[in-house]
Amino acid sequence: MTSALFPRGKTAIVGVGTFGTGRAPGYEPHDIAAIAARNALLEAGLTFADVDGLFYTNSADTFGGGTSFAQYLGIQPKVIDNSRPGGNVFETWLERAAWLLDAGLINCALIAFGSNQASASGKLSRTSQPWPYEARYQPINPVSSYALATARHMHEFGTTKDQLGEVAVAARQWAMLNPEAFKRDPMTLDDYRASRLVSDPLSVLDCCLVTDGGAAIVMTRADRAADLKAKPIKVLSAASGTTHHNISTMPDLTRTALAECSARAYAAAGVGPQDIDVVELYDAFTINTILFLEDLGFCPKGEGGRFVEGGAIAPGGRLPVNTNGGGLSCTHPGMYGLFTIIEAVRQLRGECGSRQVADARTAIAQGNGGVLSAQALAILAND
Amino acid sequence: MTDSIAEVKPDEQFTAFLGEGRFMIQRGVDTGTYVFFPRAVAPVTGENLEWVEASGLGTVYSTTVVRKRPPEPSLNVALIDLAEGPRMMSRVEGIDPADVRIGMAVRARIIEAEDGPLIVFVPASNLDGKDPA
Repeated sequence: MTSALFPRGKTAIVGVGTFGTGRAPGYEPHDIAAIAARNALLEAGLTFADVDGLFYTNSADTFGGGTSFAQYLGIQPKVIDNSRPGGNVFETWLERAAWLLDAGLINCALIAFGSNQASASGKLSRTSQPWPYEARYQPINPVSSYALATARHMHEFGTTKDQLGEVAVAARQWAMLNPEAFKRDPMTLDDYRASRLVSDPLSVLDCCLVTDGGAAIVMTRADRAADLKAKPIKVLSAASGTTHHNISTMPDLTRTALAECSARAYAAAGVGPQDIDVVELYDAFTINTILFLEDLGFCPKGEGGRFVEGGAIAPGGRLPVNTNGGGLSCTHPGMYGLFTIIEAVRQLRGECGSRQVADARTAIAQGNGGVLSAQALAILAND
Repeated sequence: MTDSIAEVKPDEQFTAFLGEGRFMIQRGVDTGTYVFFPRAVAPVTGENLEWVEASGLGTVYSTTVVRKRPPEPSLNVALIDLAEGPRMMSRVEGIDPADVRIGMAVRARIIEAEDGPLIVFVPASNLDGKDPA
């Protein structure tokens, strides 16, 4: 079976919701996710009772996290998926939900996430076990793993610290246009340069935020979507791929699985990078944006640093990237992948106010998991 | 040099070799492909593995400095491409952590860390660099 068989345009996102994306003290992960899920279903005119496919994880997930959340919502879904490769899982779940909806196994998919990591611990939630073949050398993960990828990109392609800074500044400029963003104070390239090194060459301002936050999306088949309340956003295609788990086994630190799976997604959607109006990337660190722009084909491999120069991905630039402010400046509750889908949907609906990209018709929402380990993307359109 | 087939407990065998002052990696018995980290069967092919002594020679593939709050010293973390092919995480000692360069030739040595013997690397040009075993 090839990806060309993906049910192109046959499913749609019919509701999106968020809750507590900065701080949500007093709420547990299930609470945050359930409120986001209620909000997403409300947009479609649906309720928890309509959901028969549940795709869920949270910042404190354990065995049975999916059934536990179904119990909270009071539903008995036919499909529960609680897999956890990392923050890319939401695009992967979107991909699977599209197949399951198209096959008729389910009629209404709810993809949800909730995190109280900032209020609970003040740190990125950590649910993976330390691996002795790396942990004994005391990297600060995930930062050091991404730092190793950044150093290699700089070595091979001449990428500079200021080019990383362009990514951080662009994200902040978008965040300043987004009332829901957590970091909205102005940031200049000089502020970036003064930022303290954490794991060379990455500084504090190269790293994503640590916030709480919940998010949810609802999907149905496109024919049913037409009868629901919100403007449906069609799923043209989605694809996933993986290269490794720990950074020391990544084959090439400058090339992610996104290079391979984006080719499949473009082929299935019948579009290319030149057709994409809005790009929402999982920017856990500034190098991510550069790597993913390359691996999505917006510029050749190695040119990502030069591509982002001169405000090219900032408001008013040549390519709108991470228009909500991204994980760097909007929100990062531990797993950010669902938020790229939500911002893409809101842009395609045209409801983004002062950060709205004019005439946005197609968008990419991308997810990254682990330490560049697992990748996924969805290509979405509003007609 | 072949020592034993990795029938069971590859992690424990690797650690036991280190305790004897030996840096051992594995090799597929059919394809001869070298393997690190230790496993019970070879990646990709699933073939059986045998232990062989690593040359200890390598090249820095990437490097970072983990910044600590002074007075605790900052720490190097590096990815080392072993001469045999596999890549491993380690650190380069014997020079300032920030002076470690990608492409630098390094050689392994086994040190006694707080939690047991540990493979680190020193610049191959360091006169202090001891043989790995």
